Parts: sequence; C-alpha cells; structure tokens
Amino acid sequence: MLRPFVDDDGAPYFEYAAKGELRMQTCARCGEVLFPPRPMCPHCQSTEFEWKRMSGRGHIWSFAVPRPPLLPDYAAVAPYPVVVVELEEDRRLRLVGNLVAGADAEINSVDPATIEIGQPVRVVFRELEGLAVAAWTPDE
Amino acid sequence: MNPTPLKDRAAIVGIGQTEFAKHLEPSEKALACRAIAMALDDAGIAAREVDAFAAYTMEATDEVEVAKAVGAGDVTFFSRVGFGGGGSCATIGHLAMAIATGQAEVGVAWRSRKRGSGPRPWTDTVNQLPTPAQWTRPFGLLRPVDEIAVLARRHMYEYGLTREHLGNVAIACRNRANANPAAIMHERKLTMEDYLSARMISDPLCLFDNCLETDGALAVVMVSAERARDCKQQPVYVHAFGQGLPAQHHGMVNYWNDDPLAGPSWTAAKQLWKYSDFRPEDVDVAQIYDAFTPLIPLSLEGYGFCGKGEGGAFTEDGALELGGRLPINTSGGGLSEAYVHGFNLINEGVRQLRGTSSNQVAGASTCLVTAGEAVPTSAVLLRRD
Ligand SMILES: [Zn+2]
Repeated sequence: MLRPFVDDDGAPYFEYAAKGELRMQTCARCGEVLFPPRPMCPHCQSTEFEWKRMSGRGHIWSFAVPRPPLLPDYAAVAPYPVVVVELEEDRRLRLVGNLVAGADAEINSVDPATIEIGQPVRVVFRELEGLAVAAWTPDE
Repeated sequence: MNPTPLKDRAAIVGIGQTEFAKHLEPSEKALACRAIAMALDDAGIAAREVDAFAAYTMEATDEVEVAKAVGAGDVTFFSRVGFGGGGSCATIGHLAMAIATGQAEVGVAWRSRKRGSGPRPWTDTVNQLPTPAQWTRPFGLLRPVDEIAVLARRHMYEYGLTREHLGNVAIACRNRANANPAAIMHERKLTMEDYLSARMISDPLCLFDNCLETDGALAVVMVSAERARDCKQQPVYVHAFGQGLPAQHHGMVNYWNDDPLAGPSWTAAKQLWKYSDFRPEDVDVAQIYDAFTPLIPLSLEGYGFCGKGEGGAFTEDGALELGGRLPINTSGGGLSEAYVHGFNLINEGVRQLRGTSSNQVAGASTCLVTAGEAVPTSAVLLRRD
C-alpha cells in the first residue's frame, strides 16, 4: 500500500491521528478550518495555526469502487470502496478514506452494494504502512 | 486600445499528425519532429521561419531539441503549460497571444506522446504522491479514473446523471471513429448493450468510460491573420481563448470547495465568452476533452451549453451525434480516435472549419475546442471567414 506523504503542513494531522484524534488545521487568527493543510491561511494570510478537534462524525458525500488494473497491493483486495466524507462541522471539509467494518478490518470489509450517499459514518483509526490514518465506519 | 486584442488576430494555417497506434517504433522526439514537419508542409511555410513554440510541461522533448531538429530559426517566444491535458488549448492560446502582440510571427504547438507503449503515469508512486494526492491515493483512489468516478457518482446522486448518459458520450465518439480511418477504433462498433455490459474499472465507470492509450504526435502552425490570408490553407482563426484555475481549486481531487461539480471549465468559459462575438448556441461543432466520459456533461455545463446539472440530459436524443444539437468529438476524440492529451481535438477542430473532416458538419463555421475538465484547463473558440 502507499504510505501517506507527511509534509511540513500536514505533519500535525498524523501526530494527532496516532493519538486517536481527528484534528484539522485551523487558522489561529480568523478561525477558518483548512483542508488540505497549507502554509498560509487563504482567508487572512496568517501563518499561525491551531489544530482543532473534530467530532469524527460525518456523511458520505460520494464514493468509488476501484477494480483492476491497480497497484498490486490494492488489486489484491479489489473491489474495495473509497469514500469521500463530509464532516459534520463543515460540509466543505471532505476527507477521502476507506470505509471499513471496524478499525481492524480490511478495506474491502464493507459490501459496496450497501453504501449510500448521505449515510452517516464515524471515524476510526487504523494503521497504513506504519502510519495512523483516519478511516470510516457506518454509524447508527 | 483595442478592447479585444486577441480576437481573430492569429490563425492556424497548418496541421500535422503521425499515425496513431498502441505502439509506434520512433521515439517521442522523432514523432514530434515528424508531426511538426508535416504541419509546416501543410502550411507551406519553411521551418527556418518558425520563431515560437508552445507545449505541455509533460512533453518529454524540449524546445532546444525540437528547434534544432526541425530547423527553426531564431526563436523569440517559447512557453509551457502545466496540468497534463488541461494545457492542450492553452498552447494555442499562448501562441495566439505571442503573435497578436508581435512577440513572434510563426508559431508551432505540438504534443508527442507514447502513452500506448509507455508507463501509466499513476504507477509512478514517488512523483505522483505529494499534495493533494497524499490525501487520496493511499486509500486506493489511485488513478484519474477513480478520482473522476467519485464526481460522476455525486452527479448521479445530485442531478440524475445515468450510465446511459455516459454511454451516449462513448457511443457518439465511437460512431465518429467508425467513419475516421485514422482512428484507433475505426473498425470497432460500440452499442449501448456493449457499453452497459462492459467490465467496471471504477464503479460507476466502466471500460468504455475511459480514453484509449495511444502512441502518436500532432502539431499546428500559426501565423497572424494578415499573413494567413496568403497561405495555402483556409485560415482558421483563434477567435477567443480562456484558461481556468478557479479559486480554491484542488486538481483532479477537487473535493474541498463549495461545489466540486463546478470545475475549471466554468472559469475558462467565463474568460472565453467574455470577448467572443458568439454564444454557446452559435457553436456549430465542439471537440470536448474526453479522457473520461463524465468530463463531457461537466464541460457542457461549464461552457454554458446547458444549465447546471443538465449535462447528462443534454446527451439524450442523439444530441451529440452528427445532425444533433451539438455534434462532438467528430474524429472520435480521446475515447475512440487517439488519446494524445487532447491535441487531436485541436487538429479535428481545424479540419471541421476547413470542411475536410471525415465526419463533416455541413457549413461549420465555429468550433469550440476544450482541454481537460477537472484540472486547471483551457479552451479556444475557432472560426473561419
Ligand atoms: Zn485566517
């Protein structure tokens, strides 16, 4: 599997994910939440940031179900759903991630035929190539 | 000052292209030179007169190599445009601006690519991963088709886009290819039944929603409108041009703004129509970038051929076929002629206005050519006298 590339702007995201917290880059001056992380706030040009904790709840905005040809590690578990989740806090904060039956389940553990746009999901954290990342699981 | 300094000031007077195939022997450099030489021959202009080049940043052969091989003179303008297939029409626009402002007199734009026999770009996991792909690819949204599949499904949910709508796009392109001997899919028919039963590549997108993988090269030659009138081919004027990198746009994974279904074509369109004498309803034929079928409904909406969300319904009743409301991709496009990052759409636009297309739209006098939607993009409106 591909390991997420940890750059200067996004590093805190992964540090918090390792503690089981979903936190998003937030401008320390104007309070706008930014994603993907970046070196400057596009609203006020501040370069000071906080990392605001999110509820970890959201809804599926859309999804795809890739099938081969894929990189070998992905082909081995295809077809698997990849979801775009809009966070409860702000619908423009949409995270791409895997939808799984539970934190320890494979990325093909949810039957794509059962997924619906608008479906509520909640965050779980799982390991991807040694890095903690957010994934999503169906929420009741 | 002339408020529309670009309008009809430059004209395409030569086009050239190699054959298209899954595998061609010559290098990308050699193919580029051949296409350029053919375009110059078509224009009746000597290579030593060439003083401008425009190309994609993804082009493997640089201007130094091309200029010294084809025999260009002293070159005074050269530009590169990024974002893959989003740059196709910008090469034309940049040359037109250079010629209209006197920075050059004879311009060449080209694209040479061995995508058929070369590697798929998404398999390069080192160079492909930094922002924003680091937030999407590790989770298995690996390829451009996966990224577009997400947008297509959302369009289905929000506006009622159907697989049949996407099939209409694929079939219109295939029907044109069936009449174009240069098209890779010249002899292969495609029915709606074939389309709907094809294997899925990234659900909801199937095999026929994806462009071809092609080796080939194309080029155009451009001069001022004044000089064009004395050239051997009928001039095809660059009437209007627009580029688009919208505010808070995020590339092919444009999921993080207010409306991800309103992509860069909306921005390019605003600039394109701003100085145009024509409106969308005046366009006789269009060559719309088609790496994936959903780009057609998204572009139809962006360039104003229909309202927001109506791009799927627009494809109904044969609208995209010859004789329909807006015939598109009359050489077969990237889906069925060749996928050379959209440059074949430019050459076909020129043929339509010369009246020499193998799928000629009778009396066509305006043709919109667009670059890739969903990446920073560009478009040109071409016309004839
Ligand atoms: Zn701010």
